[in-house]
Amino acid sequence: MIDANGMPQTAVVIGGGSQIARDTMMLLADRRLSAVVLAGRDEAGLQATATELRARGVERVLTWSLDVTETDRLDAFAERAASELGSVDLVLMAVGALGPSDLDALDAKNVCRAAATNFSGPAAALAAFVAILRAQGTGRIVVLSSVAGVRARKANFVYGAAKAGIDGFALGLADALEGSGVGVTVVRPGFVRTKMTTGLKAAPFAVESQFVAEAIVRGLETEASVVWVPPVLRVVLALMRLLPRGLWRRIPG
Amino acid sequence: MNVASRRELLAGWGRSAASRATLVRPETVSELEDLVVRERGTLPMVARGLGRSYGDAAQCGGGLVVDCTGLNRILELDVGTTKVRAQAGVSVDELLRWLVPKGLFPPVTPGTRFVTLGGAIASDVHGKNHHVDGTVSRHLDYLRIATPTGLVECSPTQRDDVFWATCGGMGLTGVVLEAVLRLLPIETSTMLVDTERVDDLDSCMARLSEDQDAYRYSVAWVDGLAAGRHLGRSVLTRANHAVVADLPVNARHDPLRLDLRRPLQVPVRPPISFLTPRTVAAFNELWYRRTPRHRTGEMVPLASFFYPLDGLAGWNLLYGPRGFTQYQFVVPLGAEATVRAVLERLSKARAASFLAVLKRFGEEGRGHLSFPTEGWTLALDVPLGSPGLGVLLDCLDELVLSAGGRVYLAKDGRVRPEMLASMYPRLASWLEIRESLDPEGVLGSDLARRVGLCSVRRPSTSRAGA
Repeated sequence: MIDANGMPQTAVVIGGGSQIARDTMMLLADRRLSAVVLAGRDEAGLQATATELRARGVERVLTWSLDVTETDRLDAFAERAASELGSVDLVLMAVGALGPSDLDALDAKNVCRAAATNFSGPAAALAAFVAILRAQGTGRIVVLSSVAGVRARKANFVYGAAKAGIDGFALGLADALEGSGVGVTVVRPGFVRTKMTTGLKAAPFAVESQFVAEAIVRGLETEASVVWVPPVLRVVLALMRLLPRGLWRRIPG
Repeated sequence: MNVASRRELLAGWGRSAASRATLVRPETVSELEDLVVRERGTLPMVARGLGRSYGDAAQCGGGLVVDCTGLNRILELDVGTTKVRAQAGVSVDELLRWLVPKGLFPPVTPGTRFVTLGGAIASDVHGKNHHVDGTVSRHLDYLRIATPTGLVECSPTQRDDVFWATCGGMGLTGVVLEAVLRLLPIETSTMLVDTERVDDLDSCMARLSEDQDAYRYSVAWVDGLAAGRHLGRSVLTRANHAVVADLPVNARHDPLRLDLRRPLQVPVRPPISFLTPRTVAAFNELWYRRTPRHRTGEMVPLASFFYPLDGLAGWNLLYGPRGFTQYQFVVPLGAEATVRAVLERLSKARAASFLAVLKRFGEEGRGHLSFPTEGWTLALDVPLGSPGLGVLLDCLDELVLSAGGRVYLAKDGRVRPEMLASMYPRLASWLEIRESLDPEGVLGSDLARRVGLCSVRRPSTSRAGA
């Protein structure tokens, strides 16, 4: 069950091998987390996080191989997770991968892959949990979106467009779930120094993944619907959306 | 199931961790017995009264919540033996309207009259007279409860194991259908109140310990935001029921007049909390200052003495959408330093809100999960959502537990499950009785599942029915 402070006892993490997922679960382990399903493609990452979580006192840690783009497996996955955990307090969607970065790299295949990894796959996986959470009458979905989805930028517009998709999906889902006992939190980090961004030049307001994890936990405590990381990006992005396209297009990187 | 049902989002008085359940409101005892005893369905279920427990005791996400307020009949009132037999859904408010004009008063009443008798029993509530009269269970002669294995009649002498597991059992041993309560005869509906202002915690505790037998009711309202040498500054309120001879001559013709005014209603659901540390500190200051240093023999109508907050219906809405919790604990006599430490930490974090309540409890009762034990209890309202609050409250739990104390399940929304067995050493014997009454885990609440009080059956994980 989720307690009065918004802390979950059970969680399903999709993209469970990611750094942000790991850091978030470690914080929740210090609070109330007692059982978790870590699912994803990064087998080594899942195992490493599982080991750390067990050492941190989480009683049950399950690691399952899952690719959200294989959508016909998702319903069975959600059912199995719910039956293993008894009830699912938190679903953390932490799947994402950068797409092609310039026109030369752009092709039909990698656009589809970026859309599937960042939008349609995650959306489908969340959909698989919606009925379970509604039947429980309680639970929270946390979706890692990105400021890149707020306004697509030429340097990563494929990723940005897909993130805009999952962001819109999550906000709409939140409204649709109003009154169901199930809440949705959309997390919009800026540049986070993780495996995914290794080798890229850090953007302004770059943060460590630990910082994102702390913001997620704060978001759970406050039952926030949108969390900007760092918070100043809320203002920065509001201004950026007002920039004329002629200027916007010239932003480097 | 023949009773009309609807899906509803339910939360406790603190409005946190709401969950959606199927809500049914039986109109007859037989309908209720159908639900709990004869049909039992497939969902876990819990009874709910007026929803005044602060946390998640009377909700059951994905399950069935049985609203008992429809079963609110007063079945028998014997003025001679001063006993009342009533259905569990009757509220203290309704009891007062019936009893006070006849010169009778509930032997124990919590700080709000909007609780049901069943809820009061499930939480084994206490009042300002705990040091004299104990909890409500001490005044019960009989309980009739519906359990998944059948109807049970119990009392302190008959099936006493079931009786003491049910009083304070948070509704998890059965649904109370009916109770017989021994009442307190009163001559008037007026209280004789002595009020004094004390500057710090030590003097407050000293005053509460001295001549405590001289007052049936005694409590201290503590300013939870005062710090330093003002830590624990408080207003001590102690009272007895007035007798007719105490009243001025012109009030003696109708000494039992009961004035339960319709409360004012908080008109809207504010989107933000009005109760910030600043506004609350200002309120506390004002309230402390306007109290005279010492005043004796003030005549106060019993409603304003017992239920000051009932004057503003929906005051919990003032905490905004994120809600609040009440941190209430008890530590044994001798652990005064722990009370001080808790108050210091909360005041330093500016976490506490309105006036906190400090009271010296009398002897421990016999309910297995009953909260009060002899010692000091402190209750503070705490707005939720501020940074570090969860961790702070966890630290306070540790202080309380290491002093041999416990937190109150009827107020709790967040205690660590692993602390429960140490806080409630009779948990194991309670569990045994619960298992015998409900082996399939039909009765269950969000509280029970969150703190692992007992095993609760899972609702079927079918994808339909949402």
